[in-house]
Amino acid sequence: MGQLQRRLLHLAVVLFVVTFATFAMVNLLPGDVALAMLGPGATPEGVAQVRLELGLNDPLVLRYVHWLVQTVHGDFGRSYVSGEPVADALVRSLPVSVELMILSLLLSLSLAIPTGLVAAYRAGRRIDQALGMVASVLLAVPVFILGLALMFLFALVLGWFPAVGYVPLSEGMLANLRTFAIPAATLALFEWPGFMLVLRGDAIEVLQQDYVLLAKAKGLRDRHILFRHVLKLSSFTLLTVVGLTMAGLIGGALITENIFALPGVGRLIVGAINSRDFMVVQGAVTVVAVGFVMINFAVDALYAVLDPRVSR
Amino acid sequence: MTIAQEASEIGAGAQGWEAPDTEARFRLGWIPWLCIFWLTGLAFAAIAAGVLPFSDPAATDIANRVMPPSARFWLGTDQLGRDLLARVIYGARVSLTVAFGTVVIGAIFGMLLGVPAGYFRGRTEAVLIGAADIGLAFPPIILILMVVAYAGASLVNLIIVLGILAIPIYMRIARAVTLTFAQREFVLAARALGASHLRVMWRELLPNVTLPIMVVAMIGMSRVIVIEGILSFLGLSVPPPAPTWGNMIALGVSELGFHPHISFVPSAVMVITIFAFNSIGNALRKATDLRESAL
Repeated sequence: MGQLQRRLLHLAVVLFVVTFATFAMVNLLPGDVALAMLGPGATPEGVAQVRLELGLNDPLVLRYVHWLVQTVHGDFGRSYVSGEPVADALVRSLPVSVELMILSLLLSLSLAIPTGLVAAYRAGRRIDQALGMVASVLLAVPVFILGLALMFLFALVLGWFPAVGYVPLSEGMLANLRTFAIPAATLALFEWPGFMLVLRGDAIEVLQQDYVLLAKAKGLRDRHILFRHVLKLSSFTLLTVVGLTMAGLIGGALITENIFALPGVGRLIVGAINSRDFMVVQGAVTVVAVGFVMINFAVDALYAVLDPRVSR
Repeated sequence: MTIAQEASEIGAGAQGWEAPDTEARFRLGWIPWLCIFWLTGLAFAAIAAGVLPFSDPAATDIANRVMPPSARFWLGTDQLGRDLLARVIYGARVSLTVAFGTVVIGAIFGMLLGVPAGYFRGRTEAVLIGAADIGLAFPPIILILMVVAYAGASLVNLIIVLGILAIPIYMRIARAVTLTFAQREFVLAARALGASHLRVMWRELLPNVTLPIMVVAMIGMSRVIVIEGILSFLGLSVPPPAPTWGNMIALGVSELGFHPHISFVPSAVMVITIFAFNSIGNALRKATDLRESAL
């Protein structure tokens, strides 16, 4: 079996397990879902009605196939609280989460690349040790505490940015970016130590290569060597790390949204959990989980294309 | 090479901070000792909280609400006048119980599955590692949110879910370490003396796997504390009035601009604890010369 077939098979298995787990969770856990949805004041007739609507009386596999077909067609059912189609809620909140993730990733990389290269170039010196110290402290700060600290400093003490709230992109780019400033900075700082340390480790190795010595011998300036020669080779490692931290980034974004009241998917999920709106939970979780699996697959595949050694 | 393998490699590299000198390998610096001191003190206080002279963590005292740290209230009080010191200590019970329970479940099952996978190789390994890969392919926070949503949040539920989620990580490490030992002379010698496979795994391999697993468990503790903190911050962990670090922090958010100590006291305790587990784990890793890149 070729490399590509094996990857595709793995993808198919993972996708099946992920979707089935998401689906079955509503159905298999102890307690009647219909009862849980309706809450303590449920009547037997109401429960029977919901059971019928959800098709809870059919066999599980049949229900899974039925649900999967509907989901693939973009029909995630309706919210039990607002009656709104879950798909609409997702279309509204996904762009907010994606914007948050992209902004923080850009910010994080633009912090990590210079610091990682400098730390590698001055490995063992004072600046390297200082950066390492900051990184190991930041690694111990959970993302929500980091968010609160930044909110306290930049919104409440300095008053540079709003503490919470959201202005959509349609109401002006600058206003939109202002509401994203602290959340994106939170996530960026949260991701920074990982990126910086990996780039540092990789760049230290690259700096010992012969061609770096040659570049030095040719009289090229340090900055030129670092950014043109070292970064080019290390960017490949960085790409992998960015892919690998996707789980952390997605999780971090979901939490950050809840701190700063950004109406993204994370807020949607937590709100739905609190109001026992299981259709919304199921739809949103499916989308996030499948998105995560696909990103992993893409990074894996890209990795194999870029580095022929992987596909031996 | 799969993403998951890369994850353990690069993740490990990102966690560790290699000191340039290798001379001090078997000496712990003063920071890890301070961390051990902090964690023992915290664990002792959490276990003996009922006996020690702390005030009642649930007792409200409206006359003394939102007091900053003082001689009477060492860490201050919250909006209901509850003593933050007592609440932080009782909150440590939840965090440490969840962290310890999770790591124990993950490590025990991880070793039970990982050692045979590395020892027998072949089909056993392929199936077990395949299953672990699928487990690692799921975004953990999503799975946890889902289970909490449907099954409800309780101490036992949290420990079971987080414990199951941790198994693949420990399994991979147990397998990788077993691989490096399975072909060594002492294992061959035990086999030659007529020891059964079970005995070889139990007496020869397991003791060698335990130390690396414990190193990873230290860092695992801090991860679980973070996750429990996130869940209780979002109101999805052990329900109030039981104090947890996360729900204490969440309670202080509305007062952040006026009385920041309500959020920042439990935050500081949490950060120090996580830092302590991380640095002990890293110090142990250096001392045991565990090469995570081999995992």
